Amino acid sequence: MKHLITRRAMTAGLAALGVGAVAAGCGGSGGGSGEGSTTLRITLANHVWTDIIKEKIAEFEEESGLTVELTQLGEDQLSDQYNVKLNAGTDEIDVMMYRPLQEGKLFGQNGYLADLTESVESDAEWNWADFQAGPVEATTFEEMVVGVPLITESEVLYYRTDLLEEAGISVPTTLDELETAAQTLNEQNPDVAGFIARTGRSPAVTQFSSYLFSFGGDFDADGTATLDSPEAIEAYKYYGRLLHDYGPTNVSTDMNWPEAAAVFAQGQAAFYTDASSLYQNLALPENSTVSDVVGYAAFPAGPAGSRPYSIPAWALGINEASSNQENAWAFIQWATSPAMVLEVQTSGVPGARTSAWEDPEGTSSFPPELAEAIAANAENGVGYDRPRVISVAEARELVGDPIVVAITGGDVDAAVATAQESYQSFLDSDG
Amino acid sequence: MTAAPNTAAPTAAASTMAPGPRERFSRWVNRHRKWVLAAPAMGFVTLLLAFPLVWTLYLSLTDKRGSVRNDSEFIGVANYLEVLTDTARFWPAVGRTAYFTIGALALQVVVGIIIALLLRKPFAGQKWARVAILLPLVATPVAVGMMWRLIFEPNIGFANEMLSWFGIAPQPWLASPETALTTLIFVDVWQWTPMVALIVLAGLSAMPDEPEEAARVDGANWFQRLWYVTLPLIRGSIIAAVILRGIDALKTFDLLYATKGKGGGSFNEVETLNIYAYGLSFDYNRYGTASAVLILFFLLILAVIWILTLRRKRAQ
Repeated sequence: MKHLITRRAMTAGLAALGVGAVAAGCGGSGGGSGEGSTTLRITLANHVWTDIIKEKIAEFEEESGLTVELTQLGEDQLSDQYNVKLNAGTDEIDVMMYRPLQEGKLFGQNGYLADLTESVESDAEWNWADFQAGPVEATTFEEMVVGVPLITESEVLYYRTDLLEEAGISVPTTLDELETAAQTLNEQNPDVAGFIARTGRSPAVTQFSSYLFSFGGDFDADGTATLDSPEAIEAYKYYGRLLHDYGPTNVSTDMNWPEAAAVFAQGQAAFYTDASSLYQNLALPENSTVSDVVGYAAFPAGPAGSRPYSIPAWALGINEASSNQENAWAFIQWATSPAMVLEVQTSGVPGARTSAWEDPEGTSSFPPELAEAIAANAENGVGYDRPRVISVAEARELVGDPIVVAITGGDVDAAVATAQESYQSFLDSDG
Repeated sequence: MTAAPNTAAPTAAASTMAPGPRERFSRWVNRHRKWVLAAPAMGFVTLLLAFPLVWTLYLSLTDKRGSVRNDSEFIGVANYLEVLTDTARFWPAVGRTAYFTIGALALQVVVGIIIALLLRKPFAGQKWARVAILLPLVATPVAVGMMWRLIFEPNIGFANEMLSWFGIAPQPWLASPETALTTLIFVDVWQWTPMVALIVLAGLSAMPDEPEEAARVDGANWFQRLWYVTLPLIRGSIIAAVILRGIDALKTFDLLYATKGKGGGSFNEVETLNIYAYGLSFDYNRYGTASAVLILFFLLILAVIWILTLRRKRAQ
């Protein structure tokens, strides 16, 4: 409950005076978490990984003799918490789950994350070299290891096997085929949308990135915005067209993955592209009415081939201001040990250890098609899914503008021109 | 302030003898007791109100980014100039704040007065009616936001289902940039009209019956009695309700954020000043610009309070 109260108090505070930056000014009052305290404060995001690890924390407490105080929050609330607490230099957070591509550079630059370089290299048995190179790059800030990658994901194509069979359509392997199939299925099943994906300006950016890369575009190159390249414009138009023409009627432009996944899980869409790590929301009967007819495929190829993102979504780091860093490291070591990563992966959360992927047990729980799709994506994958800048949240809104304009059937060329200009001036001033 | 005059100090110390240091201290305390006694409370208020304000003012004059603990430079009023010339986000946000506040407030006052007038005279089931009307008031705004978000869901929501009973085409409600803010005004009216009704009802019950009876005797009809007698008599309560609700509506945050999220939606369609400032500081980590917006917003609220209070004084 504690975090709920804090958040309410925070919102109330903001509303009361409208003085937002104030939150940062009210210094971090020290709790009882002193040097080597036996209470370890861990902040985790709402995620399947967290649900699995939560069940096992008692084992860790028994082994280590520590007491774990767990705070669990949704993505956005988690970001806000970090912003307030870390800004104030709090020592109330020891272990923090964070998104390397979203907050890694910002936190690194602000000095929020403790240097783990020595720790990760000190334990040969735990084996840092076992972690995949891409994720490790994302959790390294200026040659300093600041996080241990937890969860990897790439963008896959989810589809309804029953609808495809009925229509006699084979699984699309290119974006052209995907569009034709979405159109056909949309026409044949008036109650089912041909295609669904995230539509919110900022949430859509990461899923749009695979389309962008597969059309041969990118957000920027060497500090120059490239949103107005012909490839990028084509990608914007394609993504928007799919949702505008074959998406649900009255499509909202506020959808993040929970809303988009729900549309598919309720049987209202034939195709859906999103992160591979979300598959349990569609494949488990308790979450989905179409769990028995979900198919999986690698990201379809565009003019530049199949170029989906393949990234570390979450990592564990240690708060630089924590006075309990040794115990915090003990927790990370425990939560990311080869055996634990394998076990968690066997429960359905793709990890970042090579050994877990090489072990047949590590992929045994995934639907075989999904495991194949993930493997194919890993081969062609791009190591990022959003602009690699310091203020990622701001950049996502800028590059996401043309997406929503395209979804609502607006003037994409004009939106791209505006976005190109504002993103360029953002790049010039970022950091 | 009801502090007793200083001259009424009860100490009758002998004036001929030179007072010791302890006595001097207690005399000093006694002379300044209205300050001394109020000091802890004043210190507390200063800490809670003035410090954040001064800190925000300071931040608004710097180019602080990323973290408030990062180094920054003093850049004078550059942030204010940037904000005041920003026609893409700031001024539209001002416009939306005004539209939301005025729209919600006008409806709430009219409907609130009507409800209060209806609840004034006793009728069967009055108790239940009062409880039912007060229910929205006790719901938490975030829960209210979630609930209405589901009701207004364009494809499976109840609102469009209901429209279909009457053969009306489904509306996009919150999903469309054109209708989102107006839809939220409706939700705000649903939630806060009871409060206006409560305040007006209090004013009505404190009102003497005689003027209205006199008007009735003089042959005034129902509308004339309401317009020329009742409303002027409860003007004070109405203005109090307007002040309370107006300031609240200006600062609305939870409802907007819970329904449309960051930036007030993908087209910033419900981005008011509060939402904008929140985004600047929590998403963009631009503490300098965010503080400038907040100071301007603070001045706006002060101005509104000042105007309303002036009107109220004149009304009294």
